[in-house]
Amino acid sequence: MPELLIAGARVVDPFQGTDEHADVLVSRGRIAEVGRGIGREGREVLEASGLVLAPAFLELHAHLREPGDEDAETLETGLEAALRGGYAAVCCMPNTRPPLDHPAVVSGLAARARALGLADLYVVGCITRGREGRDLADLGLMHACEARVRAFSDDGAGVEDAGIMRLALQYASAFGGLIISHPEDARLSRGGQVNEGAASVALGLRGIPSLAEEVMVARDILLAEETGGRLHLAHISTARSAAMVREAKERGVRVTAEVTPHHLVLSERDIGDYDTSYKMSPPLRTPADVAALREALRDGTIDAVATDHAPHRREDKEKEFDYAPFGVVGMESAFPVLYRELVEGGELTLMRLLEALTRGPAAVLGLEPPDYGGGIVVGARADLVLLDLEEEWTLDATRFASKGRNCPFHGRAVKGRVACTIKGGRVVHGGGGGGRRG
Amino acid sequence: MAERRHLLDIDDLDRDGIERMLDMARSFAEVLRRPIKKVPSLRGKTVANLFYEPSTRTRLSFELAAKRLSADVLNFTASASSVEKGESLKDTALTLEAMGVDAVVVRHPVAGAPWLLRRWTEATILNAGDGMHAHPTQALLDLFTMRERLGDLEGRTVAFVGDVLHSRVARSGMKACRAVGMEVLAVGPPTLLPPAPVEGVEYVHDFEAALPRCDVIYMLRMQRERQQEGRVPSLEEYTRFYQLNAERMGRARPGALVMHPGPMNRGVEIAGEVADAPYAAVTAQVTAGVAVRMAALFTLLGGAEGGSEVA
Ligand SMILES: [Zn+2]
Ligand SMILES: [Zn+2]
Repeated sequence: MPELLIAGARVVDPFQGTDEHADVLVSRGRIAEVGRGIGREGREVLEASGLVLAPAFLELHAHLREPGDEDAETLETGLEAALRGGYAAVCCMPNTRPPLDHPAVVSGLAARARALGLADLYVVGCITRGREGRDLADLGLMHACEARVRAFSDDGAGVEDAGIMRLALQYASAFGGLIISHPEDARLSRGGQVNEGAASVALGLRGIPSLAEEVMVARDILLAEETGGRLHLAHISTARSAAMVREAKERGVRVTAEVTPHHLVLSERDIGDYDTSYKMSPPLRTPADVAALREALRDGTIDAVATDHAPHRREDKEKEFDYAPFGVVGMESAFPVLYRELVEGGELTLMRLLEALTRGPAAVLGLEPPDYGGGIVVGARADLVLLDLEEEWTLDATRFASKGRNCPFHGRAVKGRVACTIKGGRVVHGGGGGGRRG
Repeated sequence: MAERRHLLDIDDLDRDGIERMLDMARSFAEVLRRPIKKVPSLRGKTVANLFYEPSTRTRLSFELAAKRLSADVLNFTASASSVEKGESLKDTALTLEAMGVDAVVVRHPVAGAPWLLRRWTEATILNAGDGMHAHPTQALLDLFTMRERLGDLEGRTVAFVGDVLHSRVARSGMKACRAVGMEVLAVGPPTLLPPAPVEGVEYVHDFEAALPRCDVIYMLRMQRERQQEGRVPSLEEYTRFYQLNAERMGRARPGALVMHPGPMNRGVEIAGEVADAPYAAVTAQVTAGVAVRMAALFTLLGGAEGGSEVA
């Protein structure tokens, strides 16, 4: 493989906090040189003037549906979707059929992903056996096996039994395991379809109160505080959840949190004509919640943006609102939507957005070089994205690599595109033309 | 081609539209009093009744309305089990489309189903009740009944009493009453009222205190299910505080009208003596139903545009 020279890009590196124009030379999968006027002879050249070069993204929260629901997504389509979205690595959630609760299952899945050679896969294991919420799964064995599971979650449902959650946080702390909470009290959310309040009243659908999330956020923060375990709160969606995380961090609790692009950009007011592409868990909240989440992302209370990519079969989503499953796809729309709405909208710096897609999730997961991260420095693995920030285009879910078409941003005008994804020094998506089009 | 018209919720009509619909319903009510209760207005049109939820009363009312207008009527009753078997709403919509149906009257247990049908077929859609969301023809027939009994409704006060939270009748009814300038109260325990404010609607928990203000007392059906959900401690307790009985009627404004969408739980939300009293308009509501649905079908299916005479 010849050396690859990425020439003339604006290099934005949230790991170093740097933003400058430079050439980047990639050799044998790693970054060999960063500087100006690097020689071109004998090297493959990727003309990148007018583009932003950044570390490739890390997805903390995706549902890849394998095993059991390959009609909805497969490792192959999911990891290809990741590359198109600019992600070099993806954490997959264990609510599959069967669930990912055993070393043999997680190892098998990890091996399949390695063989595909697309984005890297980090398997998230179940907290409880069979995701039933009763007995701890073999957390230590999953961590020790070939797949090296570092995070555990019963995502899709909250762990109802506070005693089990407490044990999980205690037990996993022995090996630095991360417990990912899906904060939802099922007794409070039962039967709900959309946010309780203006949306549930206007649409005549059953409501999911903010409290269903907040009581579990409060509980899990207290449990993490007492056990000293590492807690990560998935997809927080309310102003009060964000405030509790902020306050817990100030107290020194080992808690991190993620937010999805849809909760940052859409509110309950966008649901409109019962389009089930707007049905997700947690539900879209109020405009005030959206504003609070943006502020929490800005000030670092929220560590990462994660898409909660949840593909569903078309027939399953083309149903009456109550009958359709929760969830929307997100990996291929995340960057352009967030860039257009938050960075162009003046609410977030490009640096902070990129940080929330790279360094933030890496810190949550405890990933360090050489697995992931380090930024655009000599010796780091060449997992990179080239971003065209000028391109204005329209999102078309029918052209996604993901099998999922359930995207609330379908048809939305966006700005900014992942022009090229480079993984281990190889161009794995885009990069055909070189330089900015038009 | 003219844009397809639908009646999905009462706010598809502005105040003028509501008034025109009620005026037309009055003409049809006259037709219904004739010896031959039929007009040729919708001859050659096909109306499908698509009922995913049993409701003999509403289905018969729509069926009769369509037949009085000389339309052909197809009845589809779909059970929850046929939905389980994978017969999706979309498949059914495509079937109706292939049959060349002009209008679909749909009743469905899930809110929003008529909006999905609108997306999937070319037919005119009439919402005959979706989940706990909307029931626009019920709202129209209720307004019709109030107007026949009380005259001008501007400034009058109506109380919707009971399970407002789960009631599509109340949701569309409150909007309709607001639209024609009425004051609207929602009366019930906090657990049975909507969890957010509804524009122009005042929430009241004390039924007795509200009664002297009311020109119309609209009693809602209390479902046993709500007690099982724990929203009221017991039906006995509910009855004690929210039943409309003769004694409470004594506190109401003179000439106040009692309404109920039916079927009534006599002895629960309404005492038998009240249900049968002359101030109760329950049977008048049923009669109004056919005339109002004739007006809705006639208006939506282009009868009004053609300028053909109603009577
Ligand atoms: Zn979740
Ligand atoms: Zn999830």
